[in-house]
Amino acid sequence: MKNIFKIALRNLLRYKRRTLLTSMLIILGVVMVVVFSGISKSFKDMMVGTITDSMLGHLQIHKKGYISSIDNLPLHLNLNENQIKKLTSILNKNEKVIEAYTFRIKFGSMLSNYEQTTNIRLTAVDPQMENKASPALLERIIDFSGKPDTFIKPGELIVPENLAKGLKLKIDQEVVLVANNKDGSVNGMSFTVAGIMTGLTGPSGRDGYIHLDDAKELLRISGSEINEIAIRLKNGGNLKKVYKMLNQELQSITGKGDKPVFELHTWAQLSPFSTIATIVDLLIYIIKIILISIVLISILNVMMMSVFERVSEIGTISAIGTLPSKILWLFVTEGFLLGLISAVVGSIISVLSLYFINLVEFHFSFGRMKDILLTVSISPGELITVSIIVIVISIVSSFQPAYKASKMEPVDALRHV
Amino acid sequence: MALIKLKQVSRIYEMGETSIQALMDINLEIEQQTFVSFVGPSGSGKTTLLNMIGCLDKPTDGDIKVNNVSVNTFSRREAAIFRGTNIGFIFQNFNLLPVLTVYENVEYPLIMVQNIPQNERQERVLKYLNAVGMTDQKDKYPSQISGGQKQRVAVARALVTDPKMVLADEPTANLDHKSAFMVIELMRQMQRDLKTTFIFSTHDPKIVKEAEIIYTLEDGRLVNREEIPNPNNQAGEGN
Repeated sequence: MKNIFKIALRNLLRYKRRTLLTSMLIILGVVMVVVFSGISKSFKDMMVGTITDSMLGHLQIHKKGYISSIDNLPLHLNLNENQIKKLTSILNKNEKVIEAYTFRIKFGSMLSNYEQTTNIRLTAVDPQMENKASPALLERIIDFSGKPDTFIKPGELIVPENLAKGLKLKIDQEVVLVANNKDGSVNGMSFTVAGIMTGLTGPSGRDGYIHLDDAKELLRISGSEINEIAIRLKNGGNLKKVYKMLNQELQSITGKGDKPVFELHTWAQLSPFSTIATIVDLLIYIIKIILISIVLISILNVMMMSVFERVSEIGTISAIGTLPSKILWLFVTEGFLLGLISAVVGSIISVLSLYFINLVEFHFSFGRMKDILLTVSISPGELITVSIIVIVISIVSSFQPAYKASKMEPVDALRHV
Repeated sequence: MALIKLKQVSRIYEMGETSIQALMDINLEIEQQTFVSFVGPSGSGKTTLLNMIGCLDKPTDGDIKVNNVSVNTFSRREAAIFRGTNIGFIFQNFNLLPVLTVYENVEYPLIMVQNIPQNERQERVLKYLNAVGMTDQKDKYPSQISGGQKQRVAVARALVTDPKMVLADEPTANLDHKSAFMVIELMRQMQRDLKTTFIFSTHDPKIVKEAEIIYTLEDGRLVNREEIPNPNNQAGEGN
């Protein structure tokens, strides 16, 4: 085997310029794929991280049918005390994969500053639980300087930036929230503006935060009742696996008519950004297909030329007694080495390119988020995948010319001038 | 017992609508440890006959036995294995692998064909390089040595596997007169020292006299067999 590699390598070096040009083309392809993947995947992961860490969590549990009517923010689909206990026990059982979870009540309300009134969507949270499950939420509160575990206290309201501007609300200003409970009766309570929060995706955000205890009082909920559990995983990469496992468990809990009581959703099922994420993944696939084409065509071309130029040599080694299979491997090894060397050099240049992009400190804006520093990186797995693609395609594309070489009749090959 | 037996061997090449009879009803026997030459003008069938004996081509009719094995029914793989263990080849254009050094060219069949272990390989390569007088050139590439030297290396490569016979198709055609006689003399010496059968084709009348047995071919037919009683003396005259 060592000798096959030696001969293959020397044959590659025999046509230095051609080998160099082919190799450069493949290297360029590898760099393109890795740098593009690195930038787009880092951007995607950053955005997904922001969405999951400051709003949605990785997974959410609701009562069956809640998500399909979420625009109405229904209160009749709340989870009761027994159901919360059951879910808590399941979540605690899976503490190996679950970092934290938080209870929420989402409801619609009217917000008044005594002069003007508008509608607001409220999320009532336990600040300690919420801070663990949504650690980046506080980053969205403008000039926040309080304690993370008590970022919202009873009697306080965090208002979205656009409503604060529209109603000219300031910190410590008193406002009134009026809401209907699930029986239809109306209740009102006064609150103090404790913070102003930026939206994630644009100026249209109307989501505010209050304390869970205040929501219960405002909605006249006795006992424990919530309508959402947001879950943060220890490793976001395990999302599919954990979703499958938890969903299986939740689907087994059935109520009337043997129908499941709960529903589980991933962040991607709840956020429109998942479409952008899918498009980013699709673009990465497309650019990988372009790489495959580059490698396929260039290696096929160079190996076909190589076989054509060495017909007489093939005749000689065949006449001497070299088995057709060994002749095949000689040429396949040439393609393999060309792919391997190009993949390794391409990977090194790609990693250096990403390093330089980080050095340059590329900033961008996304929605309301300004001046985001793009920190690009590529996982070793992705780098290995790209290299393996290049190597496998190199072997596949050199196979046809190699097969042709191995099938040559020595007597005909020797006659070739 | 004859090393090579050809019985009623014919070879017809189909070229589109026309057929070319390259060999016709060849019957011959070549004994072991002989120095045999096929002579004849271009197109007489010398190369075709050598290709048949060397298992590189198959006859259209007839039977060929080499070392008492019928070779005309071999598959490509079987033919390759048989060639690798029984036959050495010397070509008109030397056909050394340009990416390998002189040493590596001689070593090639031991690695790629016979899988001989490193120590034995080295011993055999150096022995044959020494025998052909190319030891001091062993690290050079074929492009760095002369035509005569290349053919010496080819002789060493053909012999290194200890074959039953060596086939040489016009081995001196691309050499000057002096180098041609040196190569033939080297082959003769190797044949005597190693008891290997050498069969070569040529159309050079001076070279052909070096053979012990001369077969003359004309238009694909074997027309004469001549035994030279003392070829060595004539070699001296040639020089």
